Amino acid sequence: MPNTGKSTFLNRLTGAQAKVGNWPGLTVSVLSARLMVGDQMAQLIDLPGIYDLSAYSEDEKVVSTYLETQKPDLILFMMNASQVDRQLNLLSQVSSNGTPVVVVMNMADEAKALGIEIKVDLLSQKLGLPVCLLSAKYGQGTEQLQQRMREAFRSAPARALSPAEVQEAFKTSVMVPAQASHLLTERIDKVLLHPWLGLPVFFGVMLLLFEGVFSIGKPLQDAMSWLFSNVRTQALEPLLSGLPLVLQGLLLDGLYNGISTVASFVPLIILFFLFLGIVEDTGYLSRAAFLMDALMSKFGMDGRSFVMLLMGFGCNVPALMGTRVIRSKGLRYLTMLSIPFSLCSARLQVFVLFIAAMFTTEQAPWVLFSLYVVSIAMAMFTSLIFKNKYVNIDAFVLEIPPYRLPTLRQMILKGWQEVRNFLTRTTRFIMLGVLLIWVLTNFPEGATAGSLETWAGQLSHWMAPLLQPLGINEQLTIALVFGFVAKEVVIGALAVIYGHQGQALIDAIFHNMDWISAYSFMLFALIYTPCVSTIATIRNETKSWAFTALSVVWPLCVAWLVSFMFYQTAMMVRLHG
Amino acid sequence: MGERGRIFAIDSDIDLKQRLASLGLREGCQVQVLRKASFGGPLHVRVGTTEVIMRRSEAQRIMTVPV
Repeated sequence: MPNTGKSTFLNRLTGAQAKVGNWPGLTVSVLSARLMVGDQMAQLIDLPGIYDLSAYSEDEKVVSTYLETQKPDLILFMMNASQVDRQLNLLSQVSSNGTPVVVVMNMADEAKALGIEIKVDLLSQKLGLPVCLLSAKYGQGTEQLQQRMREAFRSAPARALSPAEVQEAFKTSVMVPAQASHLLTERIDKVLLHPWLGLPVFFGVMLLLFEGVFSIGKPLQDAMSWLFSNVRTQALEPLLSGLPLVLQGLLLDGLYNGISTVASFVPLIILFFLFLGIVEDTGYLSRAAFLMDALMSKFGMDGRSFVMLLMGFGCNVPALMGTRVIRSKGLRYLTMLSIPFSLCSARLQVFVLFIAAMFTTEQAPWVLFSLYVVSIAMAMFTSLIFKNKYVNIDAFVLEIPPYRLPTLRQMILKGWQEVRNFLTRTTRFIMLGVLLIWVLTNFPEGATAGSLETWAGQLSHWMAPLLQPLGINEQLTIALVFGFVAKEVVIGALAVIYGHQGQALIDAIFHNMDWISAYSFMLFALIYTPCVSTIATIRNETKSWAFTALSVVWPLCVAWLVSFMFYQTAMMVRLHG
Repeated sequence: MGERGRIFAIDSDIDLKQRLASLGLREGCQVQVLRKASFGGPLHVRVGTTEVIMRRSEAQRIMTVPV
């Protein structure tokens, strides 16, 4: 069943780190972790939550193929203890699979709060299956579950239960009060889903979130870059002074400047994901789908597409994978074409750096906000253009979970996940990227670093006719070329190209361009291909090279046109104004 | 707002019917409309302890008698 806490459970039991959120269908791929059950090592597989085994949607297919081909030793059937009434069909389907089954009734805390009474022993007896109550979020009931699992490993496969039998068993042993509703949720929804107030409140919350990230995160980032430049001057420079000059340059101006500039943004990014995570965990995102659906339908998408665009603000890759919950191919493709315009946290780093260089503290939040507006506008514009090619025929029916508070543990886990993601990206792209850029901007031998004689200079000279009409200079051209790989490389590259980091880098940017060129560059960086991982994900999800090519070429064209129009108009206004 | 009804028929293809059933929307069930989004947006309904949103076009396929 979707959104019953399987991933929370996996994390709780095995210490794994699956992504958790209050949004049905978050686990879209199969995750696994090792677990000791008694004295045996078992592999616990987290399958996507489904309502039915009939294989209509992608995730249902994943589960039914998995059960057929892999023949697991034991199925943990996880259900939401407060919504038993509608989960019985699936249990009947699963029981006829010929595998031992343990029924886990999760969110026991929530059920109890609703006044739902569950007679575990009676239920277990009627079903002929082991049953246990669990609260994965708070860790209650895990001991007992371990015990049940140990016993079940040796037991016979579940006997096939008919839907009527399952119904019978639950009817007699689960007592739901006549008026079981989440009172608090109802009260909050009265405000947040209010016919007129709902939308303004939603935008207010989003604005507050971005404002919060910026006002708390910027000082943190400043502190980090101060720390990094001090480490360089106090420790690294004296330490490496014995090495040949070329090697010193490579290590300090190349590797260290590049990576430390990117790393100084990590606190900001963690903060961003934490805030977005809180919004996600509380269950507000499904409400956003409710509020935005009417508007989204005008653009050929639906409320779920909007939620995916929001998730894309964190990172485009999971958002693209999240579109699997959409069954209509047309709508899924349309949403996937729009998501890469979402201003992800990697692009946020580039903008924070540029905005700090070119604009005052008062202007900064508004400039950033304008970029978010452009981001959403481009996604909508793309959807509008392609809505007749990728037609949405999907019914829009979505479960609304009650509001839930994320625990501190879940939040810390989320923060740590981001640090780990950063470390993987560093080893994969950023290190290689900054090294390559250092080589390109310092060779052939004898060329003045960063000048036109270097390889990088020749490359940007060759690209100049294309990017000069946008006001994008040669240094920025190189950064953009490498930004194709990942947006973190853009700031790493700038640090290497200008040979500075921290405040010195910000000053260098300020002295090398005016705000119109800077904004034009930001527009281009916002709109064109976000990163190689996004392209790979699109290719993986669609298995179509033609669609993948479209998702690269279309944003490139839009980026060029938008930057061109902005730069030329702004220059004209400046000349005549 | 707040209208309650009992579902007596769902007029749709088997796919949508199954999806609705899996959310608890079956013939014979009681549903309550909690609210409607503005600008012709979706309906917010409750069935049992589950809350669901759906577009009006889908809601029209669910026939109910008032209770």
